[in-house]
Amino acid sequence: MSTTTTRGVAQPAPAKVSQPRPRRGLRASSTFNFWLFTGPFLIGLVIFVFVPIGWSIWLSFFEARFTVTPSEFVGFDNYKQILTDTNFRNSLVTFTVFAAFIVPATWALSLGLALLVNRLRFMRAFFRSVFFLPTAVSYVAAALIWKMSIFNGVRFGLANTVLGWFGVDNIAWLANPDPPWYWLVIVTVRLWLQSGFYMILFIAALQNIPRELYEAASIDGAKPGWQTFRHITLPQLRATSTAVILLLLVAAYQAFDEFFNLLGKATWGQPPLVELYKMALGQNQNYGAGSAGAVVLTLLICVVTLLQGKIMGFGRGEESK
Amino acid sequence: MSASSNMNWDRRNVLRAAMGLAAAGGLAACGSNTGRSGGGSGDGLVQYFHAYGEAGVEQAVKRYAKDYKDANVTTQWITGNNYEQKLFAALLTKNAPDVFEFHPQIQLVKSGQVADLTDIIEPVKDDFNQADIKSHTVDGKIYGVRMIDDPQFLFYRPSLFKKAGVEVPTTLEELIEAADKLTTSKVKGIFLGNDLTSIDRPLIWSAGADTLTADNKPAFNTDAVAEGLKQLRGLFTSGNLLLDAPADSWDPSAFIQGLTAIQWCGMWAMPAMQKALGDDIGIFPFPKVGSAGKQSVYNGGWSMFVNAKSKNVEAAKEYVKWLWIDQKKHQEDFATSYGFHIPPRTSLAQSASKLKSGLPAEGVKLFNEFGHFDNIGWTQAMIAAFWDVIANTIRKDGDPKAQLDACEKKVNAELKKLFG
Repeated sequence: MSTTTTRGVAQPAPAKVSQPRPRRGLRASSTFNFWLFTGPFLIGLVIFVFVPIGWSIWLSFFEARFTVTPSEFVGFDNYKQILTDTNFRNSLVTFTVFAAFIVPATWALSLGLALLVNRLRFMRAFFRSVFFLPTAVSYVAAALIWKMSIFNGVRFGLANTVLGWFGVDNIAWLANPDPPWYWLVIVTVRLWLQSGFYMILFIAALQNIPRELYEAASIDGAKPGWQTFRHITLPQLRATSTAVILLLLVAAYQAFDEFFNLLGKATWGQPPLVELYKMALGQNQNYGAGSAGAVVLTLLICVVTLLQGKIMGFGRGEESK
Repeated sequence: MSASSNMNWDRRNVLRAAMGLAAAGGLAACGSNTGRSGGGSGDGLVQYFHAYGEAGVEQAVKRYAKDYKDANVTTQWITGNNYEQKLFAALLTKNAPDVFEFHPQIQLVKSGQVADLTDIIEPVKDDFNQADIKSHTVDGKIYGVRMIDDPQFLFYRPSLFKKAGVEVPTTLEELIEAADKLTTSKVKGIFLGNDLTSIDRPLIWSAGADTLTADNKPAFNTDAVAEGLKQLRGLFTSGNLLLDAPADSWDPSAFIQGLTAIQWCGMWAMPAMQKALGDDIGIFPFPKVGSAGKQSVYNGGWSMFVNAKSKNVEAAKEYVKWLWIDQKKHQEDFATSYGFHIPPRTSLAQSASKLKSGLPAEGVKLFNEFGHFDNIGWTQAMIAAFWDVIANTIRKDGDPKAQLDACEKKVNAELKKLFG
C-alpha cells in the first residue's frame, strides 16, 4: 500500500465549517430563559419584600402617624417607645411561652401520628388524608369555630356541654385570664391545624430509614418498640426533626390569626405580630413605632434562628459531624 | 433566515408580547375590582360601609346608591369586626374610598383625611341635633354628616325581674345585686359584651367624669371611675356575668336566647327583640356610679365623611348631600325600617311614626334625658388605651388607679401630638 505525500501540493482549502452559533445562541437563550423565569419572582421579591423592608426601616426613624410618607425625622424615638412599651415587652413573653409549648407539642404529636399512620396496614392513605386535611383550613375559620362552637362560654358550647355531664360549671374559656384557659384554646387549634403537615414530613423521613437497620438491630437482640425507636428511628429522623423544629419556631413567631380572632381586645396572650398590628394598622395608625417594632422583631428572629441552627447543627455538613 | 435573526425576531417579539401583557395587565388592573366600575352616567364613586347586623340594610344602602343618577356609586360592604383597621389602611392608598362612614375623630381632620362639609350642611344645620353638629365640628368647620344616632342602654326582661323580686337598678351597686338575684343555673344575670369595652364611656359618664375636658385635657382619671372599675371586677368574678357568648353585645342573640336577663345593647336591636320576646322588654340607662354620678346613655351612631384626598371630592360631596341631606325618605327608611335608630334631623326624628310609641319612644326619651355624644377629640388611640384599662382591671384584677394613671399618660401623649 503506497502512501502518497501531499507535501508541496496545495491542498484545497477545507470547506469552512460554519460555526452555527448555536453555542452563543444557546447561551443567550439560556440567559434569556433564566431571566424570563426568575425575573417575575425577582421583581415580586424586590417590590413586596425588599422595598417594604427598606421602607419599614426608613419609617422607623420618622414620626409616621396616619402616613407612610412622613417628613419629621425623630431618630431612635420610635425604638425607645416600642422597647419601653409594656404591651410589646409582654408580647415577647407571650411568644416565648407559646413557642416553648407549641414547638415540642406539635413535634411530638406529628411524630406520634406519623409513627401510627406509618404502621397501618389498612386504610393508611385514608388516615393520612384525615390528619392532613386540617392543613387546608384557614386559621381564621378554625379560630372562629373554636371560639363560637367548641369553646364558647355558654351552656351549649361543646366543651361546656361535655363538662356539664360531669357536673362542672360553665367555663369562660377566653374572657378570663385567670385561670388562663385561653392557652388551651389557642394551643389545640394550632395543633389541629398544623400537626398533619408535619406528620407528612415525618412519614416521608420514616420511609427513608433503611429496613436493614431494624433487621440488624433485631439480630443484635434489640427489642422492637421503645428500644429501636430510641436508638434507630429517632437518630435517623434527626435532620427532619431539626427542620421541623425550625419551621415550627418560625411559624410560632408568625402567630397572628388565631390570637387576633380568639382574644380580641385582651391585653394578655398577644404575640408580637398582634401587638405590631395594633400599633401600626389598628387604632393607633403609628407606622413609625410599628416599623421600629418590626425591625426589632426581625433582628430577634435572626438571632434566635442562628442560635438554634448553631445548637442543633442545622445545615452542618456531613464532614463536620 | 439565520438562526441569529430568528433569535432576534423571537426575542423582540417576546419582549413586545411581554410589554403588551404588562400594558394589558395595567389596563386590566384599571378595570379590576377596584370598586370603580365603569358604565355609570358620571364619576365613579366608592363608599365604605361597615356590616350592619340587621337584614336588609346592605340592600337598602345599595338601592339608595343606585337611585343616585349623577355618579356610579359602588358600595364596599366591609364585614368582620375590624372595619376601623380596614378603613384606616385603605385611606393611605390610591384605592381609598371617596365616601365612608365612621365616627367623628379629630385625627381624621388633623391628618387631612376628611373634607370640610360645612357648605353642604350649613343651610340645614339648624334642623340637625345640635349635639351631633358639635361632635363633628373643629375650628368652626363641620367635617361629617350624621346619618343615624344610636342610643345604647341596658335591656331587661320585666317578667324575670318580677319573678326574682328585683326593681330596675339606678346605681351600680343595685345593678350588681340585681344580677346576683337574676342568675340561675341556665340564665346569667347580665351581659355587658364579651370584652366589656362597649360600656367604656358609659362607665366614665355615669361616674360623673368625662373623657376629656372642654379644653381637651384628660377628665376620666377620677376616684369614682376607679371605684366603678373595682365594682365591675367584683361582678366579673361573681359568676353572674355572661362571658364568652357566641355573639357580642351589639347582637341581641344572648338576650333573645334566654342566656341573660339584662343585656347592654343598642336601640337598633329593638325590632329583633320585640319579634322574639313581644312586650317582655324594658330598658334603663347605665346606672349611677358613686354618689356624685348620674345615669347615662351612650348616643353612638355613624356619620358619613368625604375622603379629602379623593380625586372626586366635589362629586363625593354632592352624593353625600343628595343622600344624607336631601333624601329624607331614604334617611327615614335607613333609620327605622331595619333596626331602630334616631334620625339626626330633628324634623325627621319628630315625624318618624315608628319612634312615637312603646319601647322606641322610651328609647328616644332616655336619649334626650341621659344622652352623651361622641367627643371628636377622643380618638381611636385613646379609646384603645381605655380598653386596656378595662382589660387590665376588670378582667385581670390590676389596680384601677395605677391603670388609669398609665392610660392618662398615653392619652396625654396623644393630645400633645394632636394639639401640641
